[in-house]
Amino acid sequence: MASVPARRDLTYPIRKNVGRLGSLLATLCVVAAIIPLAYMLYYVLRQGGSSLSVSFFTKLPAPAGETGGGFSNAIAGTLLLIPLSSMVGLPIGILSGIYMARSRNVGFARAARFVTDVIAGLPSIVAGVVAYALIVIPFGFSAIAGSVALGLLMFPTVTRATEEAIKLVPAPIREAALALGVPEWKAMFRIILPTAVNGIVTAIMLGIARVAGETAPLYLTILGSPNLPGSPLKPIHALPLQIWNFATGPYDEWHRQAWAGAFVLFAIIVLLNLLARILTYRLGKRVSSS
Amino acid sequence: MGEIVKAEEVSAWYGKKLAIRDMSLEMKPNRITALIGPSGCGKTTFLRCINRMQEVVPGARVGGDIWVGQNNVYGSGADPVRVRAHIGMVFQRPNPFPTMSIYANVAAGPRLNRTVRKKAQLDELVEDSLQRAALWDEVKDRLKEPATGLSGGQQQRLCIARALAMKPGVILLDEPTSALDPIASYKVEELLTQLKHDYTVVIVTHNMQQAARIADDTAFMLAGSDLVGEVVEYGETKQLFSTPKDKRTEDYITGRFG
Repeated sequence: MASVPARRDLTYPIRKNVGRLGSLLATLCVVAAIIPLAYMLYYVLRQGGSSLSVSFFTKLPAPAGETGGGFSNAIAGTLLLIPLSSMVGLPIGILSGIYMARSRNVGFARAARFVTDVIAGLPSIVAGVVAYALIVIPFGFSAIAGSVALGLLMFPTVTRATEEAIKLVPAPIREAALALGVPEWKAMFRIILPTAVNGIVTAIMLGIARVAGETAPLYLTILGSPNLPGSPLKPIHALPLQIWNFATGPYDEWHRQAWAGAFVLFAIIVLLNLLARILTYRLGKRVSSS
Repeated sequence: MGEIVKAEEVSAWYGKKLAIRDMSLEMKPNRITALIGPSGCGKTTFLRCINRMQEVVPGARVGGDIWVGQNNVYGSGADPVRVRAHIGMVFQRPNPFPTMSIYANVAAGPRLNRTVRKKAQLDELVEDSLQRAALWDEVKDRLKEPATGLSGGQQQRLCIARALAMKPGVILLDEPTSALDPIASYKVEELLTQLKHDYTVVIVTHNMQQAARIADDTAFMLAGSDLVGEVVEYGETKQLFSTPKDKRTEDYITGRFG
């Protein structure tokens, strides 16, 4: 074997340092992204932390100008909107996700995917206007109207994530089910979906996290209310709405409470996203291919 | 218990491309029939035509008739779903349902198709199927554990048990040992020689020695220059391997190509 004379690689030190510089810049970018988030959290807590107490969660707002009282109606309203909007957004989202995963190249599926992408980018106020026209004008302001608007904003996220979760189920699983003489729809609902269930739960959590903090559509749909939610057919209050009202109001007490409300809303979103992340992680461990 | 499988002039297309042409073959009960041939000759395509799994591929089309016992699988009144319930299939890579236990995997077919409903009957069926698949002793104390905890060879025998639980008349196996180690392969081969007494077994194999070891009848397939697969020769394994009638068969068997 001919021996190759060793050459000194003069460029290596340069390349090594460029690599190091790149890594450093990437790290700095991540830190730069986290800093505003951390600062925001700190600032919100500092401004409103004094108003955070048990009564904040249990009391209705005090009469204008007085101290004390809480955001119980708004918190309850937001927590009510979550299941209600899910009832609108999840069935549409999950079923269309199933359809799109199964009929990938059919013309109708392609058109539906395009429409879903458009709605995914819909400004939330437009969703509010649609719900206003469809529900509020004939039936009045209500939690249901708010749910329709939020459901509309929710479903594209759920559709996409559901489609991805189903596509992750290995094809041999479907083949094994069909080869046993199980019809397509049964194979989907009894074997493929259960295998994809973690991904679908993640899809649901992402969808909910998406809409939990939406503000604009709520103006045109739920109107606001001083009371705890009663009937879904009546107006209710919600955190984003209450935060806006109090933040733009004249009283310092209101401002403090708006900050506290912002923190609670923030915490709800963070928890939902965290839950989605944990479930996504467990998805990877659940479907093991041989 | 095994049923005769008669293919008449079977052709299959993927979209516009013809994959196999006018295959006529008779696979007899209580015997193992092997389909051998080089990669791409259409063995798996033909196998999948038997239980109408071929048409699951988008754009795939099948022509001709296949009789399983008295029934034409491609007859005008035939329902592909019901056809598949009567023919068992085992795939190249073991594919147990990952979210189910060992018991649930074997019981999946009868449960979903509601052929067996009472728990006692189901328990019996699961045990019987696992016994027939030579897996019962190894798993009887851990039936409720996830199927994915088994080794590759065990998983493949589990898939065989799962297919047997539907009480088919025919069992189709697509290169069932190619993903297994030699010892696991040996166990599966032993199993198949047992199973043939109760079923019609059709196996696609890449491994000529395997065909020579276990098959009673062997069909040699080849795709010509037009890339369309056909049966070149079909007969008793002993005859095919010792005195092949077609030169192409002889070339393949002696290793001159493929």
